[in-house]
Formats: sequence, structure tokens, C-alpha cells
Amino acid sequence: MSADQSGRAGTPGIRLHATLADAVKLGLTEDEWHKLCEIQGGEPTYPELAIYSLMWSEHCSYKHSRPILGRFPTSGPRILQGPGENAGVIDIGEGWAVAMKVESHNHPSAVEPFQGAATGVGGIIRDIFTMGARPIASLDSLRFGEIEGEENARQRYLFEHVVGGIGFYGNCIGIPTIAGEVYFEDSYAGNCLVNAMCAGLVRTDKIVRAKAAGIGNLVVLIGAKTGRDGIGGASVLASQEFDETLEEKRPSVQVGDPFTEKKLIEACLELLDGKLVVSMQDLGAAGLTSSSSEMASKGFVGLDIHADRVPLREADMEPWEIMISESQERMLSIVEPARLDDVIEVCTRWDLDATVIGEVTDTKLLRILWHGEQVGAIPARRLADESPVIRTPSVKPAYLADEPVDPEAVAAGDDTFGLPAGTPVYPAPAAGDEGLGAALLELLAAPNIASKRWAYEQYDYIVQANTVQIPGSDAAVLRVKDTPLGIAFATDCNGRHCYLDPLRGARAAVAEAARNLSCVGALPLAVTDCLNFGNPEKGEMYWTFEQAVEGMAQACEALETPVVSGNVSFYNESFGNAIYPTPVVGMLGLLDDVSLTADHRFKDEGDVILLLGPDTAALDGSEYQKVHFGRVEGRIPDVDLDLEKRLQAAVRDGVRRGLLTSAHDCAEGGLAVALAECAIGSGATGGLRTDDPDTAVPRFLGAEVELPAASSGSAATEGDAAAPSAAAGRTDIALFGEGPSRVIVTLAETDLDAFLTLLDGVPWANIGRVTGERLAVTIGGIEAFRLPVRRLCEAYESLPQRLH
Amino acid sequence: MNVRVYVTPKQGILDPQGATVERALPALGFQGVKDVRIGRFIELTLDMPQGATPEAADALVDDMCKRLLANPIIEDYTYAIDEG
Amino acid sequence: MSAATEPVRFGLVVFPGSNCDTDAFQAVATFPGATARYLWHKDTGFDDIDAVILPGGFSYGDYLRCGAIARFSPIMDAVRGFAGDGGLVLGICNGFQILAEAGLLPGALIRNTCLTFVCRYVNLRVETTATPFTSACTPGERPRIVVKHNEGNYTADPETLARMKANDQIVLRYVDAAGEPTDAANPNGAVESIAGVCNEGRNVFGMMPHPENSVEDGLAGGTDGRCIFRSMIDHVLAARAAHGAGAGGDASRPAAAAGGAR
Repeated sequence: MSADQSGRAGTPGIRLHATLADAVKLGLTEDEWHKLCEIQGGEPTYPELAIYSLMWSEHCSYKHSRPILGRFPTSGPRILQGPGENAGVIDIGEGWAVAMKVESHNHPSAVEPFQGAATGVGGIIRDIFTMGARPIASLDSLRFGEIEGEENARQRYLFEHVVGGIGFYGNCIGIPTIAGEVYFEDSYAGNCLVNAMCAGLVRTDKIVRAKAAGIGNLVVLIGAKTGRDGIGGASVLASQEFDETLEEKRPSVQVGDPFTEKKLIEACLELLDGKLVVSMQDLGAAGLTSSSSEMASKGFVGLDIHADRVPLREADMEPWEIMISESQERMLSIVEPARLDDVIEVCTRWDLDATVIGEVTDTKLLRILWHGEQVGAIPARRLADESPVIRTPSVKPAYLADEPVDPEAVAAGDDTFGLPAGTPVYPAPAAGDEGLGAALLELLAAPNIASKRWAYEQYDYIVQANTVQIPGSDAAVLRVKDTPLGIAFATDCNGRHCYLDPLRGARAAVAEAARNLSCVGALPLAVTDCLNFGNPEKGEMYWTFEQAVEGMAQACEALETPVVSGNVSFYNESFGNAIYPTPVVGMLGLLDDVSLTADHRFKDEGDVILLLGPDTAALDGSEYQKVHFGRVEGRIPDVDLDLEKRLQAAVRDGVRRGLLTSAHDCAEGGLAVALAECAIGSGATGGLRTDDPDTAVPRFLGAEVELPAASSGSAATEGDAAAPSAAAGRTDIALFGEGPSRVIVTLAETDLDAFLTLLDGVPWANIGRVTGERLAVTIGGIEAFRLPVRRLCEAYESLPQRLH
Repeated sequence: MNVRVYVTPKQGILDPQGATVERALPALGFQGVKDVRIGRFIELTLDMPQGATPEAADALVDDMCKRLLANPIIEDYTYAIDEG
Repeated sequence: MSAATEPVRFGLVVFPGSNCDTDAFQAVATFPGATARYLWHKDTGFDDIDAVILPGGFSYGDYLRCGAIARFSPIMDAVRGFAGDGGLVLGICNGFQILAEAGLLPGALIRNTCLTFVCRYVNLRVETTATPFTSACTPGERPRIVVKHNEGNYTADPETLARMKANDQIVLRYVDAAGEPTDAANPNGAVESIAGVCNEGRNVFGMMPHPENSVEDGLAGGTDGRCIFRSMIDHVLAARAAHGAGAGGDASRPAAAAGGAR
């Protein structure tokens, strides 16, 4: 019964015997133990048990999510590879395809933020070049707890070191980090989220898939030596909540080596391009175990792995440790014996080890050998196919059963919003720079809205010489060399919205990512997702997961953006507190002509400003509600996906025809913050600031904006009255309220008629002009504020000074 | 008192820097080099109150190492304290 | 006559960890009269090269010290010989660091004072046009080019600095929009805002900013980096014309490149 009992088969000191108690210790249930005994035809050896425990962990088997994920649309005319491979692949024309995927590295980053983030970036990059694609872009979606104040020093430490780790890896390896997002909410204080996305370019006829083939072919391990890095990482860290026992379960931390990975990219792409290898797979979570069993199972063959031939960094490792080590920067390839010398030549030229560690067999077994003796044999296909599926009975969370804020009360101008007596109210700031103006400055300075320049200036966003739009835009834009094409990327998810309504929040996340792409003129093509949730064994958490997947699926169907790859991260809880449900959406968009793109920056004095979209501005779930009133509650507005689609088509058309001089999504902080961002952005075009040579400071363009006092329909403008009205006397909600499907565009007055013909029934309003160096907004004839753009910019850029 | 702190990568933790230098040395003709580990060396002077025990200084330096000078998750440290 | 029509041949050294080599290759390719080819770090020599570029990146992962391992690569002997014979050598970012480590340029590049990697557009001021790398610039021209580095903080002892000034070796400085080398406009803490220096022979030049990322319209970087490449191409063509007049049929092979391999 002792867990430390050692086998004595052949090699002394090698652990071979396994018991139910060992299985439980490794995180398997009794049922799962019996199931694996049945597959094995008896009790497993210890190496076999270690393999089952990892492959059947939540992280590797998706046992809680698999039944739900089937809801996603995953195919379409441009989709060359959907979920199930290392990355999804989308045809972009001209013989080129984009491979892309996003993956979480939340738990390792919470333990050691710098290395956790770095290895997260490294892992997702390997997924991309494994497909034969050259990585061309990195993006990151990050969440931390609140970072201001004495008490949040730990959150600042996490944020700074995660950013440092991302930069360290991406800069060294020479892949531009072109976009990303970061949010700060208390719910992430115990579980930061670090989601890394990578995209690569591959010729459509050179896509590689990870399946072993050719009986007698060799299994060659390329890259770094194997140590005890991250042993138990995937199963232990990502498959349970954080609590006080974490310390002792902490696996050996993985350290990233971007230099070795840079050499790996060059060597592997050379091997794949020259067709010197049959197939290739990276070693990620569960290391050699998952890569070899997946290759065997996908190829309907067996693999013999001689664990003793794996080059080791630490001499005394046991076979089971070698099989599950998560040492980074390693690739597994299948090589015809006649090609071995060529493969070794290429690897040697790049100073990389390439070692034959096994061969392809017709046994359909993943066999582990140790100095010639079998220490484990598992039917590869059954290991994959018969992994457990768990569907937790879902329960609507209690907090969502609360009475929503009464919209009728808002219309009646009731500051208490119909809440029971005694609850705090939402007093509206007075018109003027001291009231609404101060509220705008407060929002611009809020960490979720403020400039992220401090972070992205630590990333090389220009290497590879493809970057058309640098970070800070709605979406990053890259050219595709030697073609007229451009590709655009965005990541989005407002976790607070998903917390208040996971279905609507997830619909909105997909819609917003697509809207961001449309604002730069790109047609949204496909989605990769990273679903970050709490403990799926809890019914309430499971309910939010189901709702979010349903919401994403609805929006992906409506917007014709199939899900091509993704990752689920559960157990993002510490001491029983779960994160906001955070289904991060990464999206790819395509520009037929990359020279016809737009950004959010005001360009020309005198341009007309239009607000497109419905009057949906709401207080509930907004940044304004959180920052100004310190509350998160209510019901967020739902996105009308049909309208959203027409809106985006109109914006894209406007950009592609060269009619629009700028386009910007209204997101956190509502219309006022969006206008401020356009004005602040006018101080720079691309990477080049249009400095005033006399004062050495950027020169800004402001705007004069007039919003109607009356409600929708009787707007002072000629359109369908998209402008948020101040009917209820709530000018603040008109300014700072948030709602989906709203875009600000600017254009020359002479282009107005041409653009309006593109609108296809999308509500619109002419709300003002680009002019001067101040941003002034008047509502119903009353000036809400009139602030110099320079002051807006100071607030927007103030976060770094406040943190240090 | 003078304190010398040596910070090195923990045993078993990958040291890419050490590995790269280990590969480079033979290229320059230095044979037989192995186990290169690259860390940091930190010198500092510590003013302890009159009558403070060596144990107190030791505890203080150990705390500094744990909290700032080293990252105990991936690094080991040793230190030497010279009296006077 | 053929000297004027033969393309100017750039050699781009690829170290393990170089990552701006392809960017530099492409940048050269945007000039009709120029061609580029890669030189592998393990090569011991090269022929038919008019100018060598040590590109940016993280050679050997920047481990130990930036450029410390790369400087011992076999190709560096050939580069040293090429430079000794008057050939043009441009080091960009990591290439600058390698040239400094190798002693081909004075001074050293240390950690940025902000202690973080910095990727930012900076204003530069061309301090001298009397180099083969800036001859196509106008004096005082202020190109706006991206820097991206961890260790770009140029430093040299006072005697070296004085000697460099006396020899007009300080080629680029970081300045603000008004053209002043202020602390705020200095991205890395470099002494006297130095962004680029040349050797006494003026044929070896190192700069931290990346001109190869500012050569194409329609990309975020703009085109302010073209002047560096333009200058080099003009210089090679001029030298060729001068030598070609006396060298007859072998005009396409400039004297400067002849001794590269050894």
C-alpha cells in the first residue's frame, strides 16, 4: 500500500508498481481507476498510471468542457483546419493561410509571473510553427486584481513581471507583440489570467498535421534537454483550485529559453519546408506523454518510446518523470530512417540536439521502454477516445436571481434606480468641467481605460517589418508580404459583463472583437477562444460556462466567424473565490487591400463626426458604474446581431472605399471616452507623432459635439437618431453609458452622402465636427464639458506615475 | 558589517544562460567545462544597532534574500557576513 | 561603365538569435541598385561583398552580455579584416553591441536606465554627414526611427568621449521634437544622448535605432531610415567609380572588399 514501493523489474530503483491510492494522489477518481484498469486489462504500472493521470486531467482531456464545446460552429469555406490540431488554419487567399491559437498560462503565471508568462508565449508559438507556419504575431489578454493602492502591491508585481516575461520571450525570439488587452478587477486578485495568442503564415499546400505514420519510421526528439520542469504541472496546477496546499504541490517551475526556441523555429521550418520529416508535434502540457500518444492515436499506429534515450538535464530521472516532464523548447518528429542524417545535419547547424528515442510500430500501443525492457504499454487510441466526460448539473447562480435595476425608474429620472430604500444611489454629476468633465478625466485615468503604453512599449511590435498599425488601435494590422493583403487581429472580453450576464457578455465579446476588426476595415474570418472559468465541479460555475459558450456560439454563427482553435482553463479560483467568467475571444480579420485601412485617430480639421448604431447606452456593468459609483450590478444590454452585422459591413465598406478618415468602437467608458481616445490619438499617426516643433509636444485635434436633449426619434440631426438621448436627465449615462454596436466615424463633409448610402438601415446621427484643440460636448444645449485634449491626454497617460 | 550574497539558479531549474555559455566555451578552445550556472553576486554593507547579535544580522540578511535579492521560486542563495 | 550598373552587394551576418536579419534583407531589397545575401556566423570568410551589416536581434539570447559570445564567431575575423581594409560595416542594435564588444567601435552599451526593454519611436539628429553612412542626409536632419532594446545605454570614459568628439565620431543623438538632446527624449540614458558612433576610420558605424524598419511607405515605421542605406549605396558607387577608372575590367570588385576572407 506504500506509495513509495519500488519495482525491481530489471533496473533497480525504478518505480513500477501502482495502486488505487497512487491514482487518487495523482488526482484520478476511483471510477477513473477502474476504467483504466479495464482498458489495461489489469492494474497499471506506475508509468502507465502517471500517463493516465495526466491525459485524463481536466487540462489535457477537457472532460468537463468537451460536451459543451460541440456547440461551436467550426467550419466554413475558408476554414482549412478546425479544432483538434495544434492550431486552427484559415485560408486568406493568394495561396496563404493563417494558423492561430490562444492558450492560457494562468496558473504558472500566478506562481512565477515572469517565467509563467514567458513560457506561455513560448508554448503557443510552438503550436503555430508545428503547423508549418512561420509565427508573425503575438497577442496577449491579461487580467489582474486592482493595481492601485498600498494593499495591491502584489498585483502590481504580477502585472509588471507578466509584462516583462512576455516581452522577454517575444522580443528575443523576434515575433512582434502587436496587440492585447488588460483589465484590472478584484475578482482576478487570487487568479491572474495570462492568455497568449499567436498567429503564423503558411502556404496552403504546406500545412503540417501532427500524426505519426510509416511503420518503422523513427521518433526523433529535437531541442532542449529534459529536466524535472513542471512535473505534474498540467494536471496539478490547472486542474484544481488554489488553496493553502498549493505550496507543497508546486511543481518545479518551467524556465523559458527563447534563444533555443528561436533556433527551433528556424530548424523546424527548414525541416518541414524541405519535407525532411513526416510530421511534427510540440511538447506542451504533459510533455512526451501527450505528444507521443496524440501522434500515435491520430495516425492509427503505435509508438515505442525508449525513455532511457531521452537526453537529460538531471541524471537520476525515472521513466515516468521523463514521460511527463514539461521541459520547454522541445519538438517530437517522425522521420524516415533514410532522412535521419539530413535531419541531424539541419539540427546540428542550428546547435540543437536531435536524438532518436523510438520508432513507429503497428501495435497501436504507446509503449515505454527502459533499457530495452517494457515499463508501460497503453492503447493510444483508447487513452484518447475513452477519457472521461463529466457534465456537472448546472444551476443558475444566486447572485443573478437578484432583481435587475429597473429601467423604468431610469426613464423617470429616479436616481435610486428603483432600488429599495437605503441602498446607495447614483447621483449624476453636474454639467461642466468640474462635474461631468471631472468624471471623464476620472474614467480616462482608470486602469481599465488608461493608455497601456507602459506595457506595449516593452514589446517589440515592429520586428519582421509587417506592422501597419501599432498597439493602441482598435485592432492590429499587418501586411502580408508580396501580396496586396492585410490581416488584422483583436482580442476582447469584458469579464464584468460576462459576470452580470454570461450569455449576453459572451455574445458581446464576439461582437466587439469583430467590430474592432471592422473598424480597421477588416472582414472578420474566424475565432480562437480561451475560456477562463472557475471550478467546473460547481453547478453555478458550470451554468455560467454553458451560457457563455452558447452566447459565443450564437454570435459566431451570426457573424460567420467559426471557432477554429482554443483552450479551456478551469479552476481559476482561490480560497473559494472565482474569477469573473472570462471567455476571451481572439479574432482574425482580412483586408483585401492593406493600404485601405483606418484607425481611430482624428485626422482633419472640419471632418464630420457620425455616431453609428442604436441608442443602447446603459449604466449597468459599465466602467462608469464601477469607477464613479463603486458598484457592479444590473443587466447589461444585449447585442442585436443582425444590426451588428449590418453596422460592421457599413463601417468596412466606408473604410475600403476610402470614405472614412477614422473609425472607433465605443467600448468601456462609452461615447465620451471613445471621443476622447480619437482626440488623444490625433497626436500621433502610426508610430509617428506629429509634434509641434516649437514646443516639442504633440499637437492634438479636438471636437465640438452636440447631442440631442430629446429621446430617440426627435434628434436634432437628420439620421435615425443613434445618439444617446438625455431624456431622463441622465446626461452622464448618455456620455459614459455602455452598449453594443456603436461606432464613431469621421469623414469629410463631401463624402457624407456617399457614406450614408452604405448604411443599410443602421441608425446614425451627425453629432459634430473635428475642430480645435479641445473636446467639447453639449447635450440639449447645455455644455457638459469643454476640456483641452492635452488634459485628457495627461489623464489617459497618468497610470505609470500613479503606480510608481 | 559587509555582506556578500550569491544568488544562483536552483538545482534542477533550467539555466539557459549557463547552457549557452557552456556551449560557447569549447568553441574558444576551453575543453572539459561542464555544469556552468550563472547567477548574481551582490555586495552590501549593513549597519546593525549596537549590541545586535550575529543571529539578528543573519536573520535580516536571510529575509532580504527571500523577499528581494533572490526569487526563492527559481533561485537559491547563500551569503557570507563579515563582522566589523 | 559597368561599375555604375552592377548592384551594390550587402552581406548580412546571421548569428543564432539574430532576428532583424530578414528585415535588413528586405530593406536593402527596396533599393533598386542593391542586393543582399546572408553570411552565416560559422563562415570564415566572404567574397563579393561591398558592405556588411550586423543586424539586430538577440545573438546567443543576449546571454552573459549582449554580443559577448557572438563576437567570437568565426565570421567576426573576416568582418574585422574587411573593416581593416576599409570595407563598410554597419551594426544595428545588437550588431552595434557586437561591434563594441569586438573592439571595432569605442565604448559599450549597458542596461537602459529605465531597466526595461524600450520599443519607441525616437527623434534622431544627424550630428555629422561626413561618414559613408550619413552622407545622403542633410546636416542636422532629424529622422524618426524606432528603438527597441534592453541594453542601448551608450557609455564611454571621458577620454574616449573627448577623442571621439575631436574626431567627429558621434554620428547620431536622441533629440526632442525641437531638436534638443534632452533627458526626456533619451530613451535609455545614453551618455550625451548618443545613439550612433563610428570608428576613427569612419567605415564602421553602430547605431541603436533600426533604420531597416523605416524604409517602406504604408508601414507604421515610415521611411526616415532610408537615408542610412542610401548613403552606403552612394558611397560604394562613388568608390567604385573612382577605383573603376583605374582598375579597368575588374571595376565590379571594390578594393575594400577584396581582403575580406582570410
